[in-house]
Amino acid sequence: MRVALFITCVNDTLYPHTGQAVVTLLERLGVEVGFPEGQSCCGQPQFNTGYRHETEPLVRRYAAAFRDYDYVVAPSGSCAAMVRDNYPRIGAKAAAEGRGQELADAAAEAVPKTYELTEFLTDVLKVTDVGAYYPHTVTYHPTCHGLRMLGLGDRPRSLLAAVQGLNLVELPGADECCGFGGTFAVKNAAVSAAMGADKARNITATGAEAVCTVDNSCQMHIGGTLARQGSTVRPVHIAEILASTEGNVW
Amino acid sequence: MSGTHQATYLGMPAFPAAADASTRNTQLRANLRHATHTIRAKRATAVAELDDWSPLRAAGAAIKDRTLRHLDHYLEQLESAVTAAGGHVHWAADADEANRIVTELVQATGEREVVKVKSMATQEIGLNGALATAGITAYETDLAELIVQLGDDLPSHILVPAIHRNRGEIRDIFAEKMAEWGRPAPEGLTDAPADLAEAARLHLREKFLNAKVGISGANFMVAETGTLVVVESEGNGRMCLTLPETLISVVGIEKVVPTFQDLEVFLQLLPRSSTAERMNPYTSTWTGTTDADGPRTFHLVLLDNGRTDTLADTVGRQALRCIRCSACLNVCPVYERAGGHAYGSAYPGPIGAILTPQLRGIQSELDASLPYASSLCGACYEVCPVAIDIPEVLVHLRERVVEGGPVSIRGTRTVIKPAKGHAAERAAMRAARWALDHPRVLRTGQRLASRTRRFHPRRLPGPGRAWSDTRELPKVPEESFRDWWQRTRGESGTEGRKTT
Ligand code: SF4
Repeated sequence: MRVALFITCVNDTLYPHTGQAVVTLLERLGVEVGFPEGQSCCGQPQFNTGYRHETEPLVRRYAAAFRDYDYVVAPSGSCAAMVRDNYPRIGAKAAAEGRGQELADAAAEAVPKTYELTEFLTDVLKVTDVGAYYPHTVTYHPTCHGLRMLGLGDRPRSLLAAVQGLNLVELPGADECCGFGGTFAVKNAAVSAAMGADKARNITATGAEAVCTVDNSCQMHIGGTLARQGSTVRPVHIAEILASTEGNVW
Repeated sequence: MSGTHQATYLGMPAFPAAADASTRNTQLRANLRHATHTIRAKRATAVAELDDWSPLRAAGAAIKDRTLRHLDHYLEQLESAVTAAGGHVHWAADADEANRIVTELVQATGEREVVKVKSMATQEIGLNGALATAGITAYETDLAELIVQLGDDLPSHILVPAIHRNRGEIRDIFAEKMAEWGRPAPEGLTDAPADLAEAARLHLREKFLNAKVGISGANFMVAETGTLVVVESEGNGRMCLTLPETLISVVGIEKVVPTFQDLEVFLQLLPRSSTAERMNPYTSTWTGTTDADGPRTFHLVLLDNGRTDTLADTVGRQALRCIRCSACLNVCPVYERAGGHAYGSAYPGPIGAILTPQLRGIQSELDASLPYASSLCGACYEVCPVAIDIPEVLVHLRERVVEGGPVSIRGTRTVIKPAKGHAAERAAMRAARWALDHPRVLRTGQRLASRTRRFHPRRLPGPGRAWSDTRELPKVPEESFRDWWQRTRGESGTEGRKTT
């Protein structure tokens, strides 16, 4: 089983700690992982803003970077969803525009091996207890793309529930969008901020010490809003919780 | 009379500006939040009662798709059936033509007043304004439409056009305005729902009993029988459909379904999705005219107004499946904060964000901003009873805004240019694409960001200010993942330590 990490541009640039947690966690579970350096961004910001043609080289790049691997694991629901949902669309549109099958083939190559981290743990490795220890009260915000495009369902929660010492508390209105939405946060700043503020208030009201997500990008928005509200709740990526062990809490 | 200069959606600002204003209106946000959260919870319960919701949803989508694929055939069948049943069919290519047809039909009766019910299509084309110009007063009879009309306001929701108003505001509107339009509100009117309903009932009854001409929309039209269907809660529709001598129904061409049997699917999908009821209180059907019952004369105005052009777009056409249940509005976090008026058309919320720019085109700043009025969270797609993939269409239309491309305008295929004002963004996207496609460049950028991290401002200039005004910026780490990997794993790690 050849497993590659797709660290995603946000993780790589702003949250390297999350990527390191993924490496630690997977290696602890006996998976040896590679990081092909030819990887870059999944293209979601461009695609979702309407620049489909700007996304095409990134589809090619993704397929080529991970060609030698059986599995690609991404610590981001929205980047995994971009590959799985939108790469085939990009391929089909290029073909319909008379530009051949190349992108559709690249998508067909990329889609079946791409997994979001929690899916990879529960569906491929078939573990829910990853041997983690995290002595904190945590609430879980299911990010939209993980929830609706990937259909992660209970996977992240069942992984959290198996963590030693972790006290999982319910988040009211959990499945409502936090308001990030990529360039939406800039293009419709007022609505995005209003959504973020409501989400942050709900999170603070749970009394949790940390709010867990499967996406660093939503976490950036939620964390930035919490901090501006003066809340002490820490945003934390699920990989960082699952990588934690007694004596080494991330 | 205020109705003669009714507000219109024309000349409204782009979505972000309008939404910016409404997010500051705390009363509006509280009204909307309360209303949408209540109905969304009820809808979920009503839908969960049915074991076969997902096959029903698939069936609804399939019937609509099949009809749309052969729309010309079913519309002709409908026309023959309506004509055979004693009705008259008129075809309207656009809003002006539809307004002219209806105005002339009303003028031919010699009447100066009409009662109206259940018609988003007439809101879409601005019929009330056109009638007013011809000296004809149109009275809205849906309770919420009445509130909107008396308040000289615009609808802000598909199902509950006055959702943005609370009881106190409604009481004030009734007390102040009813007298201008007919029977005044009773003395000492309170804001109790029963009192408000009774005031509306008395006010409207007068209109129903005097009206000689009724104007309606329809939820469905059945091709095989020529039957039109209205689904409603208040019974006002039934009054409007049966009491006047002349009935004029203005309906979008996409509302046709092939057979009477198809209604079985939609009459389950619609009430549960819209009002969270197992069955709506009134379902009225009418087929042409009948001796000694109902209107003597029946006219059906079939409205295109951009629908054929929408049909020509293979991705966007799914918007024409919409049965106007409003479930997508009620779950939409953007609608909840922005309110319906910010969308600048009769169709607010997620469906409006994909339907309006297709019906009207993306020439105006407002219409070009609508595909961006979403965080793409997907809640709308999840609830839609006819499985319209709204996020997919939003992204498709965003592409049209920034890249231009082939579209159909009044039946002619043409290629449009990108909308104005996206040049800087396009340049930035191209530059980003170039850097992202050259990981070495990306790494150089990351290293530069790390090295200058102490100097990063807390507030960003330009478009980034929108971010830093309300959110802290993440700190740039000392080292990117890429650099960490290379430092700790070295070149051997580049290829990964593969196992089999
Ligand atoms: S798009 Fe779907 S959910 Fe929205 S109003 Fe239309 S049918 Fe209802």
